[in-house]
Amino acid sequence: MSSQHFGYFPGCSGLGTSLEYERSTRAVCGALGVALTEVPDWNCCGSSPVAHTADHALSSALASRIFAQAESVGIADIITPCPSCLKNLHNALRRMEDPLFRARVEALTQRPLRRAHTTKSVLQVLVEDVGCSRIRDAVRRPLKGLRVAPYYGCLLTRPGDSMKFDNPENPVSLDRLLESLGAEVLPFPLKVECCGAAFGVPARDVVPRLSGKLLDLAAELDADAVVVACPLCQMNLDLRQDQINAANGTRHSIPVPYFTQLMAYAFGLGDEAEGFAKLAVSMAPAFARMEGRAAAIERQEREAAAREAKKAGSAAEKKSAKAASAPAGGGL
Amino acid sequence: METIGLHEADEDFIREVEERSGQALSRCYQCGNCTAGCPMSFTYDYPVSRLMRFIQAGRKDLVLSARTIWMCASCETCSERCPNKIDVAGVVEACRHMACRAGKDGVYAVKTFWDAFVLSVNQHGRAHEAGLLAMYMFRTGRFWTDVDLAPKMLPKGKIAILPHRIQGRREVAEIFRRFREGAADEEAVRSRLAAERRDDVVAAYSGEGCP
Ligand code: SF4
Ligand code: SF4
Repeated sequence: MSSQHFGYFPGCSGLGTSLEYERSTRAVCGALGVALTEVPDWNCCGSSPVAHTADHALSSALASRIFAQAESVGIADIITPCPSCLKNLHNALRRMEDPLFRARVEALTQRPLRRAHTTKSVLQVLVEDVGCSRIRDAVRRPLKGLRVAPYYGCLLTRPGDSMKFDNPENPVSLDRLLESLGAEVLPFPLKVECCGAAFGVPARDVVPRLSGKLLDLAAELDADAVVVACPLCQMNLDLRQDQINAANGTRHSIPVPYFTQLMAYAFGLGDEAEGFAKLAVSMAPAFARMEGRAAAIERQEREAAAREAKKAGSAAEKKSAKAASAPAGGGL
Repeated sequence: METIGLHEADEDFIREVEERSGQALSRCYQCGNCTAGCPMSFTYDYPVSRLMRFIQAGRKDLVLSARTIWMCASCETCSERCPNKIDVAGVVEACRHMACRAGKDGVYAVKTFWDAFVLSVNQHGRAHEAGLLAMYMFRTGRFWTDVDLAPKMLPKGKIAILPHRIQGRREVAEIFRRFREGAADEEAVRSRLAAERRDDVVAAYSGEGCP
């Protein structure tokens, strides 16, 4: 199996609340030559709530069935767009290195794993396996003039010791990726702060407070969009933006696309792949501002180029004048 | 304010938290770094560093009844920043698991929401967002939970009205059944392995919980 072929685990939210993440991920991977084989008949990975309340053996058993399903079609390496799923798949593999724990998991699944498995996020594969230069080469419509705040959320790189991806306190992979699309990436100091996770449902004061801070900062930085990599972050910042505004007395209207949606746009993969229509806060004004800025940037560049040309021209004129006068002087 | 008396220390409790989390609790020297970065402190009864101190002091009831263990968002900031490399989030999680086992109610709305999620997976093999939200509303009586979001999601096809049932949902339900029946209990697994003469696995087990 080449390194550009992976098992793909979409995660439960990919069928509903994060439909646009799922679609744009597939389209972008396709455009970059990363082959994805969906894990057949996959189940819930045992993510947060199961891991939260039950026991590691149960949540790892659910994860283990996913790896077993992947084995059934000859796949060992699984990637997923969802950081929460990633964390659980990761933890399951790490814990199953302990033989007794593995035996407990197998007592639940009755399906021992036969191969060594790995798991990574889609972002990690795009940045590390594909690389920013190949991404840059695929760009047809650069995001020139789009001011973006890269927001990683808390789970993607943490805990650093087990995730082994990027810097857990100041990650830059998403920054680099967005730069290679041509966007203007703003320094975003809250890039790994928690958005309030799944507490939007059972505790209504949490998300307005935590996600509210993120939107406030993005507005202060005059960002056109907050770019995310996590379905929970996206839901809190985008879908709940009105709830946040109502609770905090703010009037934010900041779109919150997934990074894969911006990639699909920059690659020119079409509306269906981009899926901007799925966002609660429209991307349209952001793109309009981007175009305005891009035009201004181009104008400035043209003017600067013209100035340079003029300078060069007049310098050349002087030079040739000098050159013309020199032999004359020499003739005297 | 709760005072910390070491005379009440429940040593078994301390050992169990250490085993389940795989963390050496005595390494905590109360620097407060975990609390300083914790985004959920404002919802807690005890900041997480104080919870660590209560665990060290073996205050079982107080710890397992704390709001803190239910409101933790598992963001891992504390684990990342602990100068003694304690997986603080893992310790909080171990306490939550123990509270569930002990039948504690926890923070009702939070626990009900998690329970609805787990049940959804048990039934369908996958989490069905709309269904579990409905179950949560029904059980808590909070019928207006997020109804304002429906008009933003329905026209965009972001709510799957029907659950995606997987073919292997029986297999998944079996995993849950075996778990409820104690198939994964450490003692049961250990004695089964011994009976099968899998001494290698039994011996390899460090007794320190998960790696
Ligand atoms: S950061 Fe670590 S050592 Fe400091 S109080 Fe928290 S758990 Fe204890
Ligand atoms: S994992 Fe829990 S206790 Fe630790 S910083 Fe996050 S919310 Fe606070």
